[in-house]
Amino acid sequence: MFFARPRTFLLLALAASAVLGFFQNQIDPYYVDVLTRIGINIVLAVSLNLINGHTGQFSLGHAGFMAVGAYTAAAVTMFAGPHVLPVNAPTIIIMLWFLVALLAGGAMAAAAGLLVGAPSLRLKGDYLAIVTLGFGQIISVIFRNIEPLGGALGLNKIPSYTNLFWAFGAAAVTVYVITAMVNSTYGRGFIATHDDEIAAEAMGINTTRCKIVAFVIGAFFAGIAGGLYGHFELSISPRGFDFNKSVEIVVMVIVGGMGNTLGVVLAAILLTLLPEGLRMLSGVSPSLHWIGESRLLLYSLLLIAMMLLRPQGLFNFRKSARTKV
Amino acid sequence: MYALIAIGYTLVYGVLRFINFAHCDVFMVGAFVGYYTGRNFSSSTIGGGILVMIIAMLACAALGIVIELLAYRPLRNRSRLTVLITAIGVSLFLENAGQMVFGPDPKPFPEIFPTREFALGQLVISSKDIAVFVITVSFLLALKLIVQHTKMGTAMRAVSFNPEAASLMGVNVNVVISFTFGLGSALAAAGGILWAYKFPKIDPLMGVAPGVTAFVAAVLGGIGNIPGAALGGLLIGIIETFVKGSRFSTWTDAIAFLILILILFFKPAGLLGKLQPEKV
Repeated sequence: MFFARPRTFLLLALAASAVLGFFQNQIDPYYVDVLTRIGINIVLAVSLNLINGHTGQFSLGHAGFMAVGAYTAAAVTMFAGPHVLPVNAPTIIIMLWFLVALLAGGAMAAAAGLLVGAPSLRLKGDYLAIVTLGFGQIISVIFRNIEPLGGALGLNKIPSYTNLFWAFGAAAVTVYVITAMVNSTYGRGFIATHDDEIAAEAMGINTTRCKIVAFVIGAFFAGIAGGLYGHFELSISPRGFDFNKSVEIVVMVIVGGMGNTLGVVLAAILLTLLPEGLRMLSGVSPSLHWIGESRLLLYSLLLIAMMLLRPQGLFNFRKSARTKV
Repeated sequence: MYALIAIGYTLVYGVLRFINFAHCDVFMVGAFVGYYTGRNFSSSTIGGGILVMIIAMLACAALGIVIELLAYRPLRNRSRLTVLITAIGVSLFLENAGQMVFGPDPKPFPEIFPTREFALGQLVISSKDIAVFVITVSFLLALKLIVQHTKMGTAMRAVSFNPEAASLMGVNVNVVISFTFGLGSALAAAGGILWAYKFPKIDPLMGVAPGVTAFVAAVLGGIGNIPGAALGGLLIGIIETFVKGSRFSTWTDAIAFLILILILFFKPAGLLGKLQPEKV
């Protein structure tokens, strides 16, 4: 694994994203756009992988946490920002403030994760999936009913803070934290919960607590991704964080292979590029126009095909050695 | 109406122990089959309406059996999570294929049964409501007959109880499961047509909201339990109507989930369900 020296990896990745961010203006805006999306999707997919892959739960509400993070971070920069920051604040101050906003978004999402997770993680597989799905729905209904946050129209004119540095920096930190966590003594508990809950409990692992911790951390990073997303799209609305968004993230995790961080990163990249490729294809001739709109159809077929043919994930070449000790 | 859909979930769950996410989309397909056949018959007589319904139910039963055969059967012995993900995939596939085939815009549903209004003193009742009620109740009774008093019903209950023992007793498990899927899907189609008849606007995503609500109804009544599903459907229907009439009408979508979370928290087996301890 390329995470053999996680700290080196983290530093290298952070440096690389800083360089990328610095030279952003020299890159074609289209590529910047796609690359930023890739970074955000990596954060989302890897954090969901902690819940769905490593810990073996099944959450369908990741977009809900993303929404909480996006709204919180946007509220911090838009409403609180003008009161706190001086008029011509230097870039470094603005960046620090953005960091504060992102962390606030993550913290709110983590709190939401605790709120949802504590009761529902006592449930098994399918029930949990439904409850998290329901949570996603409730979140969007809540945001639709909060008038100061724009109601159904959402928030507009969010300052454009997200750049390549933030997107890839966040991706690197997410990968680092989650890898380090899973490989720690504490993280073994997650994997034990995934492999066999009853045996894990017999060994004295508090599986419910493991699940909640995984859930809260996953939600935290989803919130960060949401904050990045809001300051990248510059407008957010409850509709943008619906069930389809959650499914998109789930597809990334499944294509990458549940519990396989490297695979999930690759899948996030691949599945971000896929719609762009489809869009190009449909631009070639008008008769191919339908391809551009068939993204979700493709995702659904991909899901079914993956489950039938390669349930361990596209990029998982090790025969699940971990489960057969 | 919720009762009909909820029973579909419960039937499949009772036999296979998994949640058929695609159920609500079969419901949508049923309504669309009703739309196309109903438009061609155009005569809104009781006989014509029943004919439309039977066609839609047969079509959806076939669809349900095909889905089971292609997507779920190869996964029979895999983990439940795998099947669950596949079910979500099938559901999304039907929704998006529906948007391509039927078009994403809502369509008006034809009046397949004659409609009249009856006045009982101050109370005005549309024959729509009566038809929906009568049809739902007759389906529930028919279902009870099938499950309790036919050979296939006995086999269904046997498979639900213990698939391996059932197959040792000479029950063809695959046939029983196909039949269950067919039956559940036919009920979904009936539900879809009644829904479209009551709220005459159909589109490819119409199944999502009632599907989720019906699932909650199934859990409320105790999943895998047919009378429970009927009771849950009734309760959820009443609660939703009250919420819609109150000040909180914009929160309607969230109510079903709130109920779900409350049930799972306080009475995870549902009102009429029995909690089974997990076997090691």
